[in-house]
Amino acid sequence: MDPTDIARWQFAITTVYHFLFVPITIGLSAIVAGYEITWLRTRNPRWLRLTRFFGRLFLINFAMGVVTGIVQEFQFGMNWSDYSRFVGDIFGAPLAVEGLLAFFLESTFLGLWIFGWDRLPARLHAACMVLVHLGTLFSAYFILAANSWMQNPVGFGYNPETGRAEMDDFAAVLFNKVQLVTFPHVVMSAYMTGAAFVVGVAFWQHRRASVDEDRLMYRRALRTGAAIVLVSGVGVVVSGDVQGKIMTDVQPMKMAAAEALYDTEAPADFSLLTIGTPDGKEEKFAIKVPHLLSFLATGTWDGEVQGINDLRERYEQTYGQDPGAKYYSPGDYTPVIPLTYWTFRLMMGMGALAAAVAAWILWATRRDRVPQGRLILWAAVALPFLPLLGNSFGWIFTEVGRQPWVVFGLMTTAQGVSPGVSAAEVLTSLIVLTGVYGVLAVVEVKLLLTYIRKGADPVEDVTPSTSDRGDDQPLAFAY
Amino acid sequence: MELTTVWFILIAVLWIGYFTLEGFDFGVGMLLPVLAKDDTERRVMINTIGPVWDGNEVWLLVAGGATFAAFPEWYATLFSGFYLPLLLILVALIVRGLAFEYRAKRPDDRWRARWDLALIVGSLVPAVLWGVAFGNILRGVPIDADHEYVGGLLDLVNGYALLGGVTTLLLFLTHGAIFVALKTDGEIRHRARRLAGSVGIGSAVAAVAFLAWTQVDTGTTGSAVAFVAAALALVAGLVCARAGREGWAFAGTFVAIAAAVAGLFLALFPDVMPTTLADGASLTTANAAATTYTLKIMTAVAVIFTPVVLLYQGWTYWVFRRRISVQHIPQPQPQTQPETATR
Repeated sequence: MDPTDIARWQFAITTVYHFLFVPITIGLSAIVAGYEITWLRTRNPRWLRLTRFFGRLFLINFAMGVVTGIVQEFQFGMNWSDYSRFVGDIFGAPLAVEGLLAFFLESTFLGLWIFGWDRLPARLHAACMVLVHLGTLFSAYFILAANSWMQNPVGFGYNPETGRAEMDDFAAVLFNKVQLVTFPHVVMSAYMTGAAFVVGVAFWQHRRASVDEDRLMYRRALRTGAAIVLVSGVGVVVSGDVQGKIMTDVQPMKMAAAEALYDTEAPADFSLLTIGTPDGKEEKFAIKVPHLLSFLATGTWDGEVQGINDLRERYEQTYGQDPGAKYYSPGDYTPVIPLTYWTFRLMMGMGALAAAVAAWILWATRRDRVPQGRLILWAAVALPFLPLLGNSFGWIFTEVGRQPWVVFGLMTTAQGVSPGVSAAEVLTSLIVLTGVYGVLAVVEVKLLLTYIRKGADPVEDVTPSTSDRGDDQPLAFAY
Repeated sequence: MELTTVWFILIAVLWIGYFTLEGFDFGVGMLLPVLAKDDTERRVMINTIGPVWDGNEVWLLVAGGATFAAFPEWYATLFSGFYLPLLLILVALIVRGLAFEYRAKRPDDRWRARWDLALIVGSLVPAVLWGVAFGNILRGVPIDADHEYVGGLLDLVNGYALLGGVTTLLLFLTHGAIFVALKTDGEIRHRARRLAGSVGIGSAVAAVAFLAWTQVDTGTTGSAVAFVAAALALVAGLVCARAGREGWAFAGTFVAIAAAVAGLFLALFPDVMPTTLADGASLTTANAAATTYTLKIMTAVAVIFTPVVLLYQGWTYWVFRRRISVQHIPQPQPQTQPETATR
């Protein structure tokens, strides 16, 4: 096997895996901070119980996000050293800033939050979680700026002497037009994910709670959660819509690949599903929404959408023979079309389904109604998985859709791989990391389920002691 | 001063931050089976670093990111060249990081024993391998004219680098033992103090040998001064540990590690990764660096935010300044009761 292929598999696996934990961290830190602030304002112990309960689940998830994140930072240099040499001047800067601004903030204030219940005044304690959330947003911003640069390189010049891309405008990199829509899109989907997690857990606990106060508490959690899913879902749609138009502008091939549109069309239809020949080049059966692709890509119902064949010719004129051709068919600038086609649909489908479930739950629990059906329980329990899958499909789409480029128009993925690292080494790394990740997934899910099943602690266990407790007393929290 | 030199210094500062801080929490992790006699004592030790270990580890992530940004060639050659050792370090840091959060989450002896093992091995492996890695960086590795590492795994195994590994291992053990003595009370504190004395002597011997070897090979006047300072600080720290002055003892090992790392970087300068090949090219602060524009931006960010980070990280240590002993460990742990509390 070619080391490039193995390195690509490793990047795909470690990144998709890492990004299961990231959106929950972003979304849940905001929600837990919200609970704690509400508790401070109302002094209703219900909110403190929710803070503690979801805070604990948050920590189990956060730990996985942290440790899998270390791999992310190392593997650019390990597997993609030529990429790192080529883009370090630009790509490294947001990464370093992310560490300095975001990682220190998150780790330090989370430590204070975990252990500080009896050490910090209540307001300061709540502020710690707010800072953790702020840290997650900084982190998202800088890493997405780095990724957006790969989709749409700006603010740099190519230096033929060093053979590197060199930054000449940091502001252009930070405020890349792709970045300005990608950030809200990703953050909104993260809120959606965190809130969907809360709804799933709270609905299930609500169903089994036998004490009135518990039922009321979980009801509050699931209704606020469902509302957040819906509102952020709207944000995901709006930002995603703008994103589609910008993508058509800067990466037209990706838009054509999203629809598997081979010939330029005006107006272009959007197919909900297509059954085609195995190579994806000929369709046998399709359900289509007329004019929709034109609207998604251009904002007008009759706009012209460039097809893969025309774009391939255009790309060949601009960039010459496809330098990444050995991965695909010769002279080809197209990504793997069935993959982009289906991930694009599944991304949107999962998001829409999640919003629909949230709306259903809100409707079914309106006023004081308590839905009894089996189906709604299953839907609620399945809800957290929908945005999680949607996130993964979205990332697979946007990264696969950029191929054969690693940095669009500048460097192909094949050119970026470490030349000095053997296939055996990358394979070792792939097997070891995948194995470790697999085991940890089982451990993490089991632990989460244990603590979800356990539910929120009773009031007397969560009420924090006053600060006048002596230094001989046990710690409020200990590992 | 040239910006590339400024960034060489800043990278050195980040590694100093990493080794002085995570150094002691590696030490605490490795000493878990040595200093603690039962589960409560193990928890005492883990909780001395519970609130801070993650912040300590971020120094490594920032060092990595800053190297990527300021010296892309260095980042690319180092990380792809030291591939398998870095993979080992990664796996160690993964299981170690989870051990802190997950260990106490189930009241099950086997579960805890496994996470204890993860914590011990996960601390031991990087404590040794970072020393080996720095030894190899100092000594030089086969790098060709294209800045590509062309050696194999065995090129990284040599007497000098292994001595580097033994040195970091023993230094971190000593640093960790003194930290435990400083942060705990009761039996465990005495045990830690005694151990610091014996391991400390070993660490002093290894450190003097390794630093002297470095000085003879690649040393400069600056590195000589730093190494002497490191040796003096280490000896002073060990004397203070014997006298029961734990705060001063910790300051001693802290300064010793900081000065030793500073000396290593001084001995390295202006190379960042020398080559051992006659027709190869050493990576230097000049040929491995990013552009002046990037370095300027990064300098501004570092100048503004590093003091802020130092302030709040320092404040965390102040918040959790009190000693922990067995009576502080909540029993039974409220967070691990298996029965459903809301029923």
